Amino acid sequence: MRRGPVSFVLRLLFIAALLGVWEWAVVFFQTPAYIVPAPSSIAYAMYNGIATNLYVGHIGATVGETLLGFVLGCALAFVLGTIVALSRTVEYYLYPIIIMFQAMPKVALVPLILVWFGLGLTSKVISAALVAFFPLMVNTIVGLRSADEDRINLMRSLSASRWQIFRMLQLPNAMPYIFAGLEIAMIFALIGAIVAELISAERGLGMLMQSMSFTMDVAGQFSILFILSILGLILNGLVTLVRRQVLFWDTSRDADANEQSATKGEVL
Amino acid sequence: MDATVERPPPTAYSSVKDVISVRRLSLKYGRGAAGLLALSDISFSVADGEFIVVVGPSGCGKSTLLKVLAGLLPQTEGEASLNGTPIKGSRRDIGVVFQSPVLFPWRSVLGNVMLPADVQGLDQARMQQRALDLLNLVGLQGFEDRYPRELSGGMQQRVGIVRALIHDPAILLMDEPFGALDAMTRETMNVELQRIWMERRKTVLFITHSTAEAVFLADRVIVMTSRPGRIGDEFAVDLPRPRKLAVMNTEAFGAYVKRVRAALNPGGGGLD
Repeated sequence: MRRGPVSFVLRLLFIAALLGVWEWAVVFFQTPAYIVPAPSSIAYAMYNGIATNLYVGHIGATVGETLLGFVLGCALAFVLGTIVALSRTVEYYLYPIIIMFQAMPKVALVPLILVWFGLGLTSKVISAALVAFFPLMVNTIVGLRSADEDRINLMRSLSASRWQIFRMLQLPNAMPYIFAGLEIAMIFALIGAIVAELISAERGLGMLMQSMSFTMDVAGQFSILFILSILGLILNGLVTLVRRQVLFWDTSRDADANEQSATKGEVL
Repeated sequence: MDATVERPPPTAYSSVKDVISVRRLSLKYGRGAAGLLALSDISFSVADGEFIVVVGPSGCGKSTLLKVLAGLLPQTEGEASLNGTPIKGSRRDIGVVFQSPVLFPWRSVLGNVMLPADVQGLDQARMQQRALDLLNLVGLQGFEDRYPRELSGGMQQRVGIVRALIHDPAILLMDEPFGALDAMTRETMNVELQRIWMERRKTVLFITHSTAEAVFLADRVIVMTSRPGRIGDEFAVDLPRPRKLAVMNTEAFGAYVKRVRAALNPGGGGLD
């Protein structure tokens, strides 16, 4: 549905009104700041954090872990997904294991990862990679298998080799699915990194949040939540930007990316 | 029923000039008693440069026949050969046009047309020139950099035809290529196809369920009846070329259409 500038202003006013009600309720009910802080004190905490240069290092750490984990998890997911999609034999033997892992809440593995890989960068990257892995692997399999039978017949009628069918038909055909998987994987990688940091870390927004919780700095924690959602939007936007370039031909590109995802029911 | 069907003498099948030769071909889907006999005892041959139309109702096995000729399905019994060599898997001297245009949305019009050249590793520069000439022939000059989604259904199918011609195959196999188009576009495309065929003189095997389309295009019509698919009638269409759409209003044309119908409905085919 197309809406005009008037509705856009109304939308902003609606958000402003919500914040106003929140501010008013905190004052009116005299809610202690260590339970629910007022938007004004969150903004103040945010301002303080920026002024004292508190966030930059932690944001850098979290983004670094997220991106490294994303690249590692997605590379493995793409390779394994491709092998499974192309070989029924491999699929037959791996399928029960894949199903089991898919049903498992991946973040429950993070404490173990910390034991195995220590408190530094490695454990955070592996945790992010693990959580990012499944949505892309499932989408890679579904995408590579979704090639239309007529198109495969066309390639076969041209005496195309299996590699040519993969390279010229199955892979480009799978790209919308793969990008839908990448968009989810990016957000999942951020979740994986944050969860690992919350449990135990030397740096990062999750670790900062954890330390604030010890000092009852609830306004500070809210300011980090706000930063995290902005980070999520930016990281997701990066993938969307690349998708628009690569998938210029995909007419469904403006539709909700999740509609093409086979991982709607993915368990974190 | 065999007695009423005119068949060429057996020697005709082994003629050297035959580009397509099919002898006693049968195809069964599935095994044993539960198997479905899709094609039963099909025999025919096509001479070099001939335009053959196979017409029949849906489910009569005509698409299956084309898949056998394209090397996409192995027959259960009998022989099929192209240019004198038995069909074993796909081959490079055929071009196939499918029911839908089957274009790749990530390739431009030129890219789609060049697909056979890319798959078969043909000389890019030479093929590209050929592609542009062929696009010109079907009236798509200036569209080479467009993408399939920007084209109408008729234009897309023209791209599909050019793609089937690009590697200069001796034989063109067409599986109801205009079935998805509206009636008027379809008639225009029939006239177009006749023109392209008269210029390029390929051997064409064209499959349709439209009796009018069959008679309009064919040098020779093969009528298939269903369950199992077998040849009900086979006759030459002796109408001068190039045929114009107005030929459809002539008595001779009507007589041919009647003959197709009679073969499709041996019992008279009335609703009463």
